[in-house]
Amino acid sequence: MNTVLLLVTILPLAAVAVSLVAGHRASAAVTAVSGAASLGLAIALAYGVPGRTAAVGVLRADALSVVFVLATAFLYAAVGMYAAGYLAAEARAADEVGGTQAADFARYSRRFHVGINVFAWSMLCAPLVDGLALLWVAIEVTTVVSALLVAIDGTDRAAEAAWKYVLLASSGLGIGLLATILMYYAGAHALGQSYDLAFSPLIRAAARLPATPVRLSFVLAVVGFGTKAGLFPVHTWLPDAHAEAPTPVSALLSGSLLTVSFYAILRFYQVTAGTLGPRFPQLVLLVFGVASLLLAALYVLDQHDIKRLLAYSSVEHMGILAIGVSFGAPLALAGVLLHVLAHAAAKGNAFMGAGVLVRAYGTKSLVAIRGAAGRLPWTGPLFLISVLALSAMPPFGLFRSEFEIVAGGLDRARYAGAAILVVLVTLAFLGLGLAATRILSGPAPAPPSPDSPAEAAADGGAPGGAAAGPRAAAGDTLVAIVRDREAEPQDVPPGHGEPSAWMVIPVLAGTAVLLLLGLHPPEALTGLFAHGAALLGGRP
Amino acid sequence: MAALDASAVPTVFDGAANTAAVVVLLLEFSMLRAALLRTQVRLYAGQSLVVAALAVIVAAGRGIPELYMLAGLSVLLKAVIVPRVMLRFLRSAGTEIAGSGALGVASEIIVALGVAGFGFFVVGTLRIQSPVLPAAALSLSAAVILVSFVLMIVRRDVVSQAVGFFSLENGVSLASLVVAAGLPLILEVAFLFDLLVAVVAFGVLMRLHHRRARSLSTASLDRLRG
Repeated sequence: MNTVLLLVTILPLAAVAVSLVAGHRASAAVTAVSGAASLGLAIALAYGVPGRTAAVGVLRADALSVVFVLATAFLYAAVGMYAAGYLAAEARAADEVGGTQAADFARYSRRFHVGINVFAWSMLCAPLVDGLALLWVAIEVTTVVSALLVAIDGTDRAAEAAWKYVLLASSGLGIGLLATILMYYAGAHALGQSYDLAFSPLIRAAARLPATPVRLSFVLAVVGFGTKAGLFPVHTWLPDAHAEAPTPVSALLSGSLLTVSFYAILRFYQVTAGTLGPRFPQLVLLVFGVASLLLAALYVLDQHDIKRLLAYSSVEHMGILAIGVSFGAPLALAGVLLHVLAHAAAKGNAFMGAGVLVRAYGTKSLVAIRGAAGRLPWTGPLFLISVLALSAMPPFGLFRSEFEIVAGGLDRARYAGAAILVVLVTLAFLGLGLAATRILSGPAPAPPSPDSPAEAAADGGAPGGAAAGPRAAAGDTLVAIVRDREAEPQDVPPGHGEPSAWMVIPVLAGTAVLLLLGLHPPEALTGLFAHGAALLGGRP
Repeated sequence: MAALDASAVPTVFDGAANTAAVVVLLLEFSMLRAALLRTQVRLYAGQSLVVAALAVIVAAGRGIPELYMLAGLSVLLKAVIVPRVMLRFLRSAGTEIAGSGALGVASEIIVALGVAGFGFFVVGTLRIQSPVLPAAALSLSAAVILVSFVLMIVRRDVVSQAVGFFSLENGVSLASLVVAAGLPLILEVAFLFDLLVAVVAFGVLMRLHHRRARSLSTASLDRLRG
């Protein structure tokens, strides 16, 4: 098991090394292979770890961390494959055109693949390092890498989103660092003046820590790491970054980065619950969870940009996770861990589907993306399925997880919390469902109609027809030019709009995973969730 | 708090430590009111030096030799490398004066005073005692952190906002000297390394912003909403 643990944290670095020197095709292949191999290793961890703890040096894996590693590794694998299709058109164009634009593309491709592998590596390491201090370091690395990835397209909007993201997330993590050193101070009362904040000793000593610093540290941790997890009111960077990042990065941001920060909150929760009892941390999480869920449900209802729609849905799901932990029942905690996995699969699917839609229609405006069922015979229905899965429809994994969370809440007589959860999730379903049905079966817009681009521009949220033109005119990168060329309204015969099979296969795989999680989760996983719930203090 | 035993009389060590912490806060206020971006970066360098000096005071006064190493590394990074990177960026950007803040200077200072006082007294009531430094230093670090947030909020240019974040980190370093002086050196070095990586990202994004917006002002960053 220890070898597997080491390999998970080394393998993506090998992919980084190859991406640094190899050309586009080799980098894309290595990224996909590294993602698939990481997923295999994560599954091996999931089978090996439950009930005990694997540790090598500064690495440590228990049931809780393995759930988050699985989520990240799954998305890494899916996105690794998807990215090959995502950049295929640019790669072909670069081959045709040659010259400086081919060199530009080679540079873009190198940055992209190095970035995405470092990003995945940092997110795989974060749940596997032992100790709050190293966890903070790993999460700060994820911020820096992902901010650069958000900015990679180099457009005005990407620059704006990246700046907001790096400033807000770094300041949030500054607060997270304060939380970490306060926890250090509290721990010093039981563990001596010099120790390394490793989890096991800290959690064992939790009952002997002074209350006030722990209380302060937990609230600071929820605010600080909550900034990266997208909890209200510190979520404001999230829709911008998710909307402007390249689609593979958006999928990783939403499905993995947010939950990795939530993992940090869970570690603080473990210690705090040991010191103060579960009431106080649960109350804090309930307040932040309900506020996030409420805000997200309202924003989802009236959203004009497909990627922002999905971004607010992420805020919603982080709210659900926080509320689930606040219920404290073992069933609800197991549901939370299942939710982490199922949300990663569903949100990854939705973003990857949205990426194909954006590519095919050349706009992110929900007003302009209509009639996808005819134009994209695979992506259209798969996108609808992802949205249904995100809205916790049976038979998908999120239905099972949210059902467990609500059942756990009712079990602990948290009727108000459970009722609020059900109502707000239904409200968000209304918004997501309306948007998805319009995308699929709304009357296809007449492409040359003067109305739709104007409307799209009026939205202010759509870089489509209106904003794309000047971008190309400014003589931008080849990537932007290809995107704009594809963005031009053109008569695509129905059923011939799928850009690449590589952009469909990962979504199919994600759908299969969602069905598996919903209908019959494997024994190893349910065991993992039960152990994780026990670690979070959910023992009955 | 005013116990009348001998331990309540401040020692030279307490005096030196408190003075250093107060200077850190005063420098934070100076950054808030500095009109020239260059001045702001230099004030940040000065603030980093004072935090490092405090680390040396603690190392000498309390016999924690690792802190000498930490002080040396943070001087190198925060008082030399980061300011040089920022100053070089400013030279290449060719902008001297920060854009107008969201508030006038006087109002900014009043808001910051209120926020700093709030942080100082609230943290004071928590009665977090440290064996290493007087508790006032922790309250002062809370004030520094809050004022750095004011700086990031009211100033509308990328350089001031970046300096605001770096000085936020100085405030956290100050707090960590009070409550976590025994933190193993390797972790402290990891924190510093992270700051270095963050500086690189801030630098790249500031350059990108300057290239796209043709100015350092963040006034144009209002397209993404809803």
